[in-house]
Amino acid sequence: MNRITELFNNKKSRILNVYCTAGYPLLNSTLEIMKALQENGADMIELGMPYSDPLADGPVIQASSARGIENGMTINKLFTDLKDFRKDIHVPVILMGYMNPALQFGFEKFCAKAAEAGIDGLILPDLPMYEYETEFGEIINKYGLKFIFLVTPETSDERINMLDRLSTGFLYAVSSSSTTGNEKSMEQQLGYFKKLQEMKLNNPVLIGFGIKNSETFNAACKYSNGAIIGTAYIKALEQNGSINSVTKNFIDGIVGK
Amino acid sequence: MGYYGKFGGAYIPEMLHRNVEELKNRYLTIMYDPKFQKSFRDLLKDYVGRPTPLYYAERLSKKYRTNIYLKREDLCHTGAHKINNTIGQILLALELGKTRIIAETGAGQHGVATATVCALKNIRCVIYMGEKDIERQAPNVARMRMLGATVIPAKSGSRTLKDATNEAIRDWINNPLDTHYIIGSVVGPHPYPDMVARFQSVISEEIMWQLKKHTGSSLPEYVVACVGGGSNAAGAFYHFLDEHNVKLVAVEAAGLGISSGYSAATTQLGTPGILHGSKSLVMQTEDGQVTEPHSISAGLDYPGIGPMHANLFESGRGEFMSATDEEALQASFEVAKLEGIIPALETGHAFSVLGKIKFKENDNVIVCLSGRGDKDLATYMKAMEKN
Repeated sequence: MNRITELFNNKKSRILNVYCTAGYPLLNSTLEIMKALQENGADMIELGMPYSDPLADGPVIQASSARGIENGMTINKLFTDLKDFRKDIHVPVILMGYMNPALQFGFEKFCAKAAEAGIDGLILPDLPMYEYETEFGEIINKYGLKFIFLVTPETSDERINMLDRLSTGFLYAVSSSSTTGNEKSMEQQLGYFKKLQEMKLNNPVLIGFGIKNSETFNAACKYSNGAIIGTAYIKALEQNGSINSVTKNFIDGIVGK
Repeated sequence: MGYYGKFGGAYIPEMLHRNVEELKNRYLTIMYDPKFQKSFRDLLKDYVGRPTPLYYAERLSKKYRTNIYLKREDLCHTGAHKINNTIGQILLALELGKTRIIAETGAGQHGVATATVCALKNIRCVIYMGEKDIERQAPNVARMRMLGATVIPAKSGSRTLKDATNEAIRDWINNPLDTHYIIGSVVGPHPYPDMVARFQSVISEEIMWQLKKHTGSSLPEYVVACVGGGSNAAGAFYHFLDEHNVKLVAVEAAGLGISSGYSAATTQLGTPGILHGSKSLVMQTEDGQVTEPHSISAGLDYPGIGPMHANLFESGRGEFMSATDEEALQASFEVAKLEGIIPALETGHAFSVLGKIKFKENDNVIVCLSGRGDKDLATYMKAMEKN
């Protein structure tokens, strides 16, 4: 069974998905970070593939992307790194990135390599519904990868239902209309979260963008199956200390140990 | 869905969907409403100064042994064709009920044209401009500020036009309700390439009746224009796209030379990819990271090209040529001396191919004189010191 499906079968609430950027802070820190995340309680990992022009990301993740590229991270290098990662990492891992590098690599080859390495799903924010349905969705499904669509407070109910039908892993509810790492208050969005909760969607829902501490994590979990944290963790990785101890402190702070 | 052959589309994150969808559903209805057309045409006439002349360039014609006509977009208010589009889009934004405008700019020409129409319509205006370009283009930054716009430096990436565009898109993501994004070229997600081309198509519309007055025929043998993103070329080509006897010549910036590593000739160096929301030709590494282009003219210093032009290139309908920094400079000096017109450096690229094409004596050749050279005086002064 796909690890994402299995996770949501076994755990319905307070799922913690943590984002990290491949090749950041160091070219070869990716696996160590993934291990630390798993050991310290992350239920799922969203692994970012660095791109020169990440439109949906705020300054912190942009900077981590730029550093990853500077460090020499490429899709080829990433797949080499991931060759045996399933020996150690058992939580679901989703690749997050932008269409251009995947197209340049060869979209089908990209999906094949990801599946072969043991990746469970993809988030490609600039792959829209029309192009997914007419061209790329078929390839993604062929390799057994889950595909996760985003919805926002501006997405109409009708469209949320369509995106829910097409999503195969979970639905990624962007907490407010923003790029990642925003400072907008979540309280304004309670109506939107409640609406999603009441819509009886097929997919589990994880809330992301602007989740940064136990307070925002708890608030998100009240209305969904869990939350995704990116910017706050990338910031934490800049602190002194071993990757494992920084990660432990960070996750403990979020889930409230 | 806004495709030109295999290029185009709208590769945008969900956060932009509502805005882009609203635009897609409404732009044609709004644009072709008679009341809108009247406001648009009135402003083009009385505020921009259209129709711009189609001028028979006698001395250039003599030198190149053909008939050369210059479409004088340099005489538009603010000094370039850019304002044709910003006038159209500001009226559209008002129809959509938007109260805040954002735009990207490289050299500052589109930024100035946007700040101008925002002042005209009393609407808040935020311009994103690469930190590096802000240093290089101080007079245009001052113009935008004098017109009441806020200029925000784009500090990410290479800190030039590509990054200013990224920042403008991110601003739009963060302000989905009150803001309209005025893209300055025929790039971006559908419907932008089509919408901007339609607003700029006034250029070729005028060329047709003006040339007919001059020669009795509305169809020239050649239309020549420079291409960065490609908005003046899109406007100059528009009404000739289906006239297969009219050769469409697009001139890209070769920078220090196509294979020098410092170039912006996207059709020569690019591969299919996605940049700023559309599929087109993109200058990028093997790994799909977008690379930094180079051109002496900031207006052509862009690692992509509009999807319409990518398709003109692929289909062979357009003839793509290029000019180096040096060739563009020389051509600008030649036009200044022969015709008494100092063109923008961008336009210098278009002029530089006149000596490379074998025209017949009775050919009619249109060169789109997209902008005037005042903004490039510092570069021209440096070139004069050298020689």
